[in-house]
Amino acid sequence: MTRAVGYAADPRIRFAEWLPWLAAVAGFFLLPEYLPLGARILTYVLFALSLDLILGYAGIITLGHSAFFGLGAYVAGILAAKLGVTDPLLLLLAAACAAGALGIATGAVILRTHGLTQLMLTLAIAAVCLEIAHKATSITGGADGLSGITIAPIFGAFKFDLYGRTAYLWCLALLFAGWWVTRKMIYSPFGATLCGIRENSVRMHAIGVPVYRRLLTAYTISAMLAGLAGALLAETNQFVGLNVLGFEPSGELMVMLILGGVGRLYGAFVGPLVYLIAQDFLAKQFPEYWYFGIGLMLVVVVLFARGGILGIADRIVARARKYV
Amino acid sequence: MEVFLSSLVSVAFHGIAYGMILYVISVGLSVTMGLMGFVNLAHGAFAMAGGYVLTSAISRFGLSFPLALALAFIAVAAASVLLERWLYSRLYDAGELEQVLFTIGLIFMAVAAAQVTFGMLQRPVLLPDYLKGQISVLGRDFPAYRVFLIAVSSAMIAALWFGVERTLWGAMVRAAVDNRAMAQSIGINTRRLFTLTFALGSGLAGLGGALGAEIIAIQPTYPFEHLAYFLIVVAVGGLGSLRGPFAAALLIGVSDTACKYWLPQFGAFFIYVATIFLLLWRPAGLFGRRV
Amino acid sequence: MSALLETRDLCKSFGALRVAENISFHLEAGARHALIGPNGAGKTTFVNMLTGLLPPSSGLILLGGEDITGLAQAARVKRGIGRTFQINTLFRDMSVLDNVALGVAERRGMAARVWHPASRYHDVREEALGLLETLGLAEDSGKRVVDLPYGKQRLVEIAIALGLKLRVLLLDEPAAGVPALESGMILQVLDRLPGEIAVLIIEHDMDVVFRFAQRITVLVEGTVLCEGTPPEIAGDARVQRVYLGERYG
Repeated sequence: MTRAVGYAADPRIRFAEWLPWLAAVAGFFLLPEYLPLGARILTYVLFALSLDLILGYAGIITLGHSAFFGLGAYVAGILAAKLGVTDPLLLLLAAACAAGALGIATGAVILRTHGLTQLMLTLAIAAVCLEIAHKATSITGGADGLSGITIAPIFGAFKFDLYGRTAYLWCLALLFAGWWVTRKMIYSPFGATLCGIRENSVRMHAIGVPVYRRLLTAYTISAMLAGLAGALLAETNQFVGLNVLGFEPSGELMVMLILGGVGRLYGAFVGPLVYLIAQDFLAKQFPEYWYFGIGLMLVVVVLFARGGILGIADRIVARARKYV
Repeated sequence: MEVFLSSLVSVAFHGIAYGMILYVISVGLSVTMGLMGFVNLAHGAFAMAGGYVLTSAISRFGLSFPLALALAFIAVAAASVLLERWLYSRLYDAGELEQVLFTIGLIFMAVAAAQVTFGMLQRPVLLPDYLKGQISVLGRDFPAYRVFLIAVSSAMIAALWFGVERTLWGAMVRAAVDNRAMAQSIGINTRRLFTLTFALGSGLAGLGGALGAEIIAIQPTYPFEHLAYFLIVVAVGGLGSLRGPFAAALLIGVSDTACKYWLPQFGAFFIYVATIFLLLWRPAGLFGRRV
Repeated sequence: MSALLETRDLCKSFGALRVAENISFHLEAGARHALIGPNGAGKTTFVNMLTGLLPPSSGLILLGGEDITGLAQAARVKRGIGRTFQINTLFRDMSVLDNVALGVAERRGMAARVWHPASRYHDVREEALGLLETLGLAEDSGKRVVDLPYGKQRLVEIAIALGLKLRVLLLDEPAAGVPALESGMILQVLDRLPGEIAVLIIEHDMDVVFRFAQRITVLVEGTVLCEGTPPEIAGDARVQRVYLGERYG
């Protein structure tokens, strides 16, 4: 958590912060055959960013963040497949609103609790969402998944093509918007307040901060971003499966964020990138070892490298500076 | 009416059997969370390990069922001592997030290891003949295995409660749950106490997993799939308590069985919803000690 | 004259254990008041009830005549009653400036703004820096709190409270754990607290109490044993028996 935010932090965007975007644009031209994977990575970066806001900055531990992602995906999918709403922007809006509504409703409940009870509640809420999606087969397709999603061209002009070019750029544009909003928030007084709550909520109460209300705001915004990411997944895959809901995808997302580095904004970029690329290459050949490796990595990161990849990079840079 | 009554008895019976297993598996989780404040999400992996020890001991090495049960307890308890000493103990003072992540990592590893070693399919339990038939109790037939399961669980629970309430070890555990610093200052070796208690809790989980292998199928995704139920038992029952989780486990066992019997189209929906409302009503659980 | 802070028959019990019994207490504007009593006398319980951390079992708390008994902590701070903590509960990994600025921004109603960067709120920063300057911490404003010596951390604690512009300030053992060399620094700061603030100090160090307080209340086993000026308290036989006795007797 070394990225300084707060009242003395320089909010200007540094050069290094443009690098992910340059890389993403370069990827579009240089790796055309990997665009579908790229779109998936961009979607998960947005999802991870939403988790970083509440986990990394506000310090809320949740095992059920997939509830918002899944809800967003299903709302967009159902609207498109069953109700004939095909405008991609409208679908995103609807998904974000639905996820935000779920966020405010569940946040109002879980943020009053702490510790095991809070963990348990987030898990139970995600489990309820999974059960509903699983059992309401007539609407969600149940275990077979929801297919038959058709999406109209973006702004009536850009069709989702077979090579995933439009999908990639669409994801990139939305991630950019999501990143911009999140970054603005983190550098704002509100962001500083969230960090204060994470560091010491007792003290925040004592300086007059309505902690619960601030957390609820952050939680709702995070839910909306996650819902947006879920809807993006539905639009670009034109399919929604049960695997977007429940404990496993929540855990997986947490793994990605931890791998990249929590509470440093760009950990949410690095984590999904590394995880999903590794998964694409390794998981198909060695599914069991892949899972084992993920677990091992998590254990090692927790025991030895709490800052994740970016934390390690920081330390290497710091050490290099010492010798130069 | 007769049919309804009969299914009522049947649901109660199976529900109690299920609840007993849930309790034997989860009680260790309640105690370790209450005693050490450690959020051990990987607890289900110990139960799964117990199940695999049992099935392998019987099918590969031809051990008798009771011996295989005992082995499940001992092997899992022994393995957990190593894990506790090497890994868990490093994180006693770490934050909740670290503990959660670490134990999720252990779950991933356990799931993968089980897949590699035992394959994706669920492992059948080879029951001895004397547990296969029906036993007639009060003019009604019950599956012998479940009667056995309830009997063994009850014996274990009685032994556990006696141990915690009447022995020196139990007194030390209760003291340490109440106030760790105080317990340390009066000379209790909390380090060793933790290891022992962790081993006992994990051993019980292994035993529960083995004993309940017929009810909760032993397969690699076990620690993921049933985690929520184990946590519900602990959260609803109240941390660090022995009796709370017992009541909670029976409640969940019976209501889950009832829901799945009469309202299968809703699956576990009601259990989760009920848990949410219950925790809202009493955040520290039904029998939690915090005000 | 009506008191700025008043409690009427404040009680708190945990089950059968009564930790506060009928505490009736007044604090005038500008008061320098000390609350003393042996360990377990219920001083911390009393402060926790005043700040809203613990709900009293019965009784009333009035601030400037307004009943605040049912208000949450944050709402009480907004009305002007707040505290410092006995053990350091600072934002350890944040800069000294941010520690103070968080409270200042909250008081000014700017802490929930999302649009502009925090560093753009110059008046918040200037006010926080000004406070640090009066406490002699200006040079440390960019340092992380964990990197400060303990005595200075105690000063940051006071700086945060001052940033809230309180009417009633509850100081929970401000000098606790501070090495003798640095405790003079804390006393100086206490002497220079703005005159109009009513200060209630809870302190074990009798030198600090008798130097600082104009009035003293003695709490024993959850009830007020007596109240008076420092010489009165020092001369009170009951106080000497239950409290001072163990120290000076």
